[in-house]
Amino acid sequence: MSVRRTLRAAPTLLRVGFSEAVAYRAEFLVWLLSTNMPLVMLALWSAVARDGPVGRFTQADFAAYYLAALVVRLMTGAWVVWELNFEIRQGTLAFRMLRPVHPLVAYAAENVAAMPVRLAVSLPVALVALWILGGKHVTHDPLLLALFPVTVFSAWLITYLAMAAVGCLAFWFESATSLFDVWLGLFGIFSGYLVPLELYPRWVNDVSYFLPFRYMLAFPVELVTGGLTRSQALAQLGAQQVFVLLLLGAAAGMWRLGTRRFSAFGG
Amino acid sequence: MLRYLRLLAVQFRASLQTSMQYRVDFLVQGAMSFFWMAWAVVPLLVVYGTRDRVAGWDFDQALVVMGWFLAMKGALEGAVNPSLASVVEHIRKGTLDLVLLKPADAQFLVSTAKFSPWHVVDVAAGVGVIAWAFSRLGRAPGPLDVLAALLLTVCAVAVLYSLWILVVSAAFFVVKVDNLSFLFLSIFDAARWPVSVFTGFWRFLFTVVIPLALMTTFPAEALLGRIRPVAVVAAVAGSLAFVASARVVWLRAIARYTSASS
Repeated sequence: MSVRRTLRAAPTLLRVGFSEAVAYRAEFLVWLLSTNMPLVMLALWSAVARDGPVGRFTQADFAAYYLAALVVRLMTGAWVVWELNFEIRQGTLAFRMLRPVHPLVAYAAENVAAMPVRLAVSLPVALVALWILGGKHVTHDPLLLALFPVTVFSAWLITYLAMAAVGCLAFWFESATSLFDVWLGLFGIFSGYLVPLELYPRWVNDVSYFLPFRYMLAFPVELVTGGLTRSQALAQLGAQQVFVLLLLGAAAGMWRLGTRRFSAFGG
Repeated sequence: MLRYLRLLAVQFRASLQTSMQYRVDFLVQGAMSFFWMAWAVVPLLVVYGTRDRVAGWDFDQALVVMGWFLAMKGALEGAVNPSLASVVEHIRKGTLDLVLLKPADAQFLVSTAKFSPWHVVDVAAGVGVIAWAFSRLGRAPGPLDVLAALLLTVCAVAVLYSLWILVVSAAFFVVKVDNLSFLFLSIFDAARWPVSVFTGFWRFLFTVVIPLALMTTFPAEALLGRIRPVAVVAAVAGSLAFVASARVVWLRAIARYTSASS
């Protein structure tokens, strides 16, 4: 399973993934529509902030925050945990393992290939946000603006690798998806997806720096809405990369341990 | 009618026996439902940490809505969701033929095919949250209010079920419907907030198109004794219309069904 061979297969994998995203466009659209939590939370906080700002957040700040959160969430979606869970149970994973590309790389390629389609959806959201709110709510630091795509991609990497690691639990347990629900629950709180982290009691915010969730959403969002200074941003970028590496190790390790006890049934 | 009640009992017993095999699930379900209860209350605490009232609701009243949401979600995942998920599977594999051949109404059979009794824990957690809210309010709801709330709950479950039937009917046209159910659950999530929080487009969407207001806000208002009788009547009429139209759509959809097997 050499790196060179994987690289040679990459364009084909990406092309296949892209065609799939286009072929299943109706499903894809439905899936995108189900990412509506930021909009609901935006409606809620707008009602709260109608008669004065909450912390430093005015209504416009909430709009900027949740629209940015929507964009980041749309771009960083992954679904490998359900796929892995299904394929391990059905035994179809065996086919993937016969191919000369590491299955986790193949899944990742499918996810990455859908990104242009995701961009086509999230770009209008971003433009509408810019149009309504003006440039005041976007960072003016060119370095941070340039870093934004990097942070979003790293956020996707964390999402994907965590999903892969949890999905590998299906090698041991009946179903890994209920465990993933716990992960999603923690994500909801500690990533700032439900409520901006600043609005929680201080200790939640403090703890969030040591968990991966912040770097999956709040960090890119705060960066692009101008909530971070340059040094803060660089420090968090470093922490984000540490989590990418940690989860890469976890996913690879789980995969290795899991496949050792995998015996395909059915097919 | 009696025959259908007996059938229901049989189907329910089968589900109960299946789930008794997975007793550990009961513990997991219990732990999860505490987790989700805490999860649901956290944003509420944050919001009401900054304000005493939001859109005419104070903390305790919003807590009643939240409790209702948890209970309804338990009902949805315990009684409605599993059956209808299995219909989708039937349609995809073409094994729905076997259901259609049975000498009973197909909609009844598919909607009672599977229950997850352990979700009773979720319903209990929701009721617990409501009880907590009322103990904070320092009063018990009046008997008439409870009656109105129960009536509205029946309507809410009926509408919830009809919405699901509509989603499943869509499975006859677009086969990959697990996404749709995901979408529905994500929209249902908005029901955890009192509907008056939403304005304009959202308010219209959540009261008329997808009547989330009926599912949590109305029963909560009834229990708090602040609902207008007109709203109760409208809710009952609306949900009857909903159930009837879902039945029509189901019959249309099933008429279009061509087996996918062989």
